Amino acid sequence: MKHVPLLFALHIFILLFHSGSIAADEPAYGDALIVGSIGEPSNLIPMLASDRPSHDVSGLVYQGLVKYDTDLSLIGDLARSWDITDDGLSITFHLREDVQWEDGTPFTAEDVLYGFNTICDPATPTAYAGDYLQVKKAEVLDSHTFKVTYDKPFAPALGSWGNIVVLPRHLLEEKKITESSLSRKPIGLGPFTFRTWAPGEKIVLDANPTYYDGRPYLNQYIIRFIPDQGTMFLELQSGAIDYMPLTPMQYTRQTQTDYFKNNYNKYKYPSFTYTYLGFNLKHPWFQDKRVRQAIAHAVNKQELIDGVLLGLGREATGPFVPGTWPYNPDVQKHPFNPDRARSLLAEAGWTDTDGDGVLDRDGRPFEFTIHTNMGNPLRLKTATIIQWRLEKIGIKIDIRVLEWATFLNEFLDKRRFHAVIMGWGIGLDPDQYDIWHSSKTAERELNFITYKNQEVDELLEKGRRIFDIKKRKKIYNRFQEILAEEVPYIFLYVPYALPIIHNRFKNIQPTPIGISYNLEKWYVPADRQKHRLLP
Amino acid sequence: MILYMLKRLLTMIPVVLGVTVLSFCIIHLAPGKPTDKLSELNPKMTPEARQRLEQYYGLDKPLHVQYLSWLKRIVRFDFGNSFSTDSRPVIVKIWDRGVPILDRRLMVTLIINVLSMLLILSCAIPIGVYSAVKPYSFFDRITTVFVFVGFATPAFWLALLLIILFSINLGWLPISGIKSIGYDGLGFTAQMFDRAHHLILPVFISAFGGIAGMSRYMRSSMLEAIRNDYVTTARAKGLAEKTVIFKHALRNALLPLITILGLSIPGLISGSIIFEQIFGIPGMGQLSFQAIMGRDYPVVMGLLVISSILTLAGNLVADMCYALADPRIRTK
Amino acid sequence: MLEQQSVFTTIKKNRLAVTGLIIVSLFFLVAVLAPVIAPYDYREINVQEMLVPPGLKHLCGTDDLGRDIFSRMLWGARISLAVGFVAVGISTLIGILVGSLAGYYGRWIDSVIMRFVDIMLCFPTFFLILTVIAFVGPSIWNIMIIIGLTSWMGVARLVRAEFLSLKQREYVLAARASGASDARIIFLHILPNAMAPVFVSAILGVGAAVLLESALSFLGLGVQPPVPSWGNILTEGKANIEIAWWISLFPGLAILITVLGYNLLGEGLRDALDPRFKK
Repeated sequence: MKHVPLLFALHIFILLFHSGSIAADEPAYGDALIVGSIGEPSNLIPMLASDRPSHDVSGLVYQGLVKYDTDLSLIGDLARSWDITDDGLSITFHLREDVQWEDGTPFTAEDVLYGFNTICDPATPTAYAGDYLQVKKAEVLDSHTFKVTYDKPFAPALGSWGNIVVLPRHLLEEKKITESSLSRKPIGLGPFTFRTWAPGEKIVLDANPTYYDGRPYLNQYIIRFIPDQGTMFLELQSGAIDYMPLTPMQYTRQTQTDYFKNNYNKYKYPSFTYTYLGFNLKHPWFQDKRVRQAIAHAVNKQELIDGVLLGLGREATGPFVPGTWPYNPDVQKHPFNPDRARSLLAEAGWTDTDGDGVLDRDGRPFEFTIHTNMGNPLRLKTATIIQWRLEKIGIKIDIRVLEWATFLNEFLDKRRFHAVIMGWGIGLDPDQYDIWHSSKTAERELNFITYKNQEVDELLEKGRRIFDIKKRKKIYNRFQEILAEEVPYIFLYVPYALPIIHNRFKNIQPTPIGISYNLEKWYVPADRQKHRLLP
Repeated sequence: MILYMLKRLLTMIPVVLGVTVLSFCIIHLAPGKPTDKLSELNPKMTPEARQRLEQYYGLDKPLHVQYLSWLKRIVRFDFGNSFSTDSRPVIVKIWDRGVPILDRRLMVTLIINVLSMLLILSCAIPIGVYSAVKPYSFFDRITTVFVFVGFATPAFWLALLLIILFSINLGWLPISGIKSIGYDGLGFTAQMFDRAHHLILPVFISAFGGIAGMSRYMRSSMLEAIRNDYVTTARAKGLAEKTVIFKHALRNALLPLITILGLSIPGLISGSIIFEQIFGIPGMGQLSFQAIMGRDYPVVMGLLVISSILTLAGNLVADMCYALADPRIRTK
Repeated sequence: MLEQQSVFTTIKKNRLAVTGLIIVSLFFLVAVLAPVIAPYDYREINVQEMLVPPGLKHLCGTDDLGRDIFSRMLWGARISLAVGFVAVGISTLIGILVGSLAGYYGRWIDSVIMRFVDIMLCFPTFFLILTVIAFVGPSIWNIMIIIGLTSWMGVARLVRAEFLSLKQREYVLAARASGASDARIIFLHILPNAMAPVFVSAILGVGAAVLLESALSFLGLGVQPPVPSWGNILTEGKANIEIAWWISLFPGLAILITVLGYNLLGEGLRDALDPRFKK
């Protein structure tokens, strides 16, 4: 039973009474979507921000030359089409002529070149320069033709021309990008335009009437910042927000009431992330493959999926998401088998000689620490279950949850850790050179587990220089086989994304890339619209 | 009096300096660099890019140089720019002239704290006085129990229970935030009502512990006042009990309260961190928490200094009031 | 100085203080006996028994990993009380040391120390604690130490005030005249007589530290799970409070009652030791 809130001074929500005469599901303009967000954006110039909330907002205001289609292929966005030379070394983008910035200025190739130059400028504090530094030459051929040339074939090239690089040159030129007001008040060309930002409270976006693909149906897109997932859920329940990501517990146990069934739609689809237990391969204990395999046998992935994700996720077997083209399902698995784990450990010299319940070798007990970052309850639960399981085969685990910066700087970067539970977000291009190549093991680089395998190195080098998907697939299949056999990480699970949305919003279609790709096509039938256009 | 004020001001100088040094030290002893936050394990972040970020923020200079340049700037209320990627000046984050005055962070927090202070005083003084006038009476016993329970209740826990009751089960009060989504479309009166509606729970929660503590304090202060000679004298003179209590005893019992109020400022600022986190209130507390977790050095340092100076100012004002009210202090 | 006997009788007469003493001893006992009383291993995970409501099998229900809340609370009593005692131990030691130096030597030492106390008092303590813990990491030892390092000022002021009045007493002057060393005078002659208010403030401090730890846990910077403290059990339950109220309710009550116990005992002792409050 849901009590209707008795707001004593609010008359802003003008509820239209149901009248049978209006056709129920006709697309109609109007209403606002209120989204809950844990984090607040830091900077709305895409190349200056590396946090998710910033990109969620700037992604609606800016567009890229290309974007991913629902089947994960690249299609044109601001680029109408493109030509790639046969050697794959240069791409010529033909840009749309009918696009204009929010202030009426036409969008041209100069905007792309400006963005490219800015991102490559050493004075720009950006985390995304890597892909663009591969470019040898970028040039404007005419007002709507843009050409880039690479030194060597670079497979992720095309995909990199997303919305990070396109900026309104006429508003930014001659100024330092870090001092631009655009970081707080973006002026874009996407489906929505920026209206206000009340720090700590909300950001309001309006439909862009001049959006090249047609004005979105929704009048407004409002992001409310609610730092706590529990509070956010309460807000959802009270009807104050329409759209939020659910935790597995909220998805399975807390949204089963009639109220939720009658008012909300829940979705679930695999997210492009995986969670893993990674070993520091510089530590002598973990250099022995048998030890890593033993631990893999001691971890019950299904139990993690049941206990942490409540079944809302899939087993991970490698660094790719099941269902995407590079994913290889036929790799060696290490099924849950504590006896096998014990015998592998015994082979490696670990036995409980002193009978204290903890394995030992050369008089030293098998005791190590798992580090993970703060603020992610699912990872902590994962660590807790793994701790419990490993204790049963005689390995004693401490868990340390660390604040993110400390975690990176003091532990990960300095290699002062035994094992970590972390997650990677997976890009749509399978290139994982930075994470697995043996040249990326220096302090602060991303192969922080110090994984070194010559064959993997060769595969990674080859993989990023080839465009042919079939050939690439073969390379990455082999890459996954090696990882599965060597267990530098125990790939744990791929969680589902679990958004919930008020059911007055129509035309939401889950696809492999999620649901929000066609936000501008979402609508609320006229008779169900809740929020009137606010002044 | 002026001499006393001057003396008081002079003694504040080393304290203010100490505050800045300490704030600076605490933060710079911490491991990790703020630029770590910017790179968030991004696979595309190269070491050169990281170094570039560090240089940009001046983290490669020696500590004392960083301190001196920082000190020079804070004198002009320039706390530098935030390390978070929005890079806004700290002072703008706290007091943003671009938004309505009621929405500026410092204002939001001040309003809640002033309201809760008023609530505390208006509950605690009557409770305390009444308990003291009739010690060990039924009322005194009841309030004593309330005071002890109130003092021992984790405020955030109570907040959680009240949100469930009033916002979810009864649906009377909003869950979080300081105004509704449709606020801008409201008339002035409705806007003020909307704000008040959102403030009920936060103000009550932030006042809760204070009511308990302050009424306890008021009680003992009043008890002491009643025992004083002048009260006995007043009574002996045959003045009405009411006059004795309210005119003589209460006035003297209220005096130490001034000092207590001044001293409670840091506590209120601290409390704001929790309440603003629970109720999603965009004030100084929320900013503090974000800055701490994000290692936003300039913001944390700025907030530490500002809140310490607010405390000092509060103490100074309290001392002044005290000195005005009680001439014995001045001549000491 | 009051006789031990009379302090004891005053406490006995003060029903609130007696209640406090009973509560405090009870929780102390529970903390000590946790391994014996706990029906389950506090770490035992059972994903088949998540969020079971309180009942005969699980007195206080289970949490979202199927762990027994009652057993976790018993162990949590250990952790929460340990945090309280160690933190207060540290702050009391520092407070005594600093306060007696300032009070005994006076002059510039006193000025410098008291200025420093003023500086420390200006900082919003909780903000300071959060900042430091966020930076050094929220291990249980860090939390104890940092709470201790930031809450000694009250004790220091108390001790200083006692010293200022006690150092002029005849027995101190006599000891000094007979050539006793400063340390001897401070620790053997003055300090024992200055301890009563310190003791009271320490007892009140334990309650405050337990509350502080729970507030830190609430913000995710307290004792880190899976090590149970009342604060973090409560916080872990927050996300599921609508479907599993028991996870947050019981530890909240435990905190409330414990802190209540220490406050009652502390206040009762204060009344007993402070001659002004004697009727």
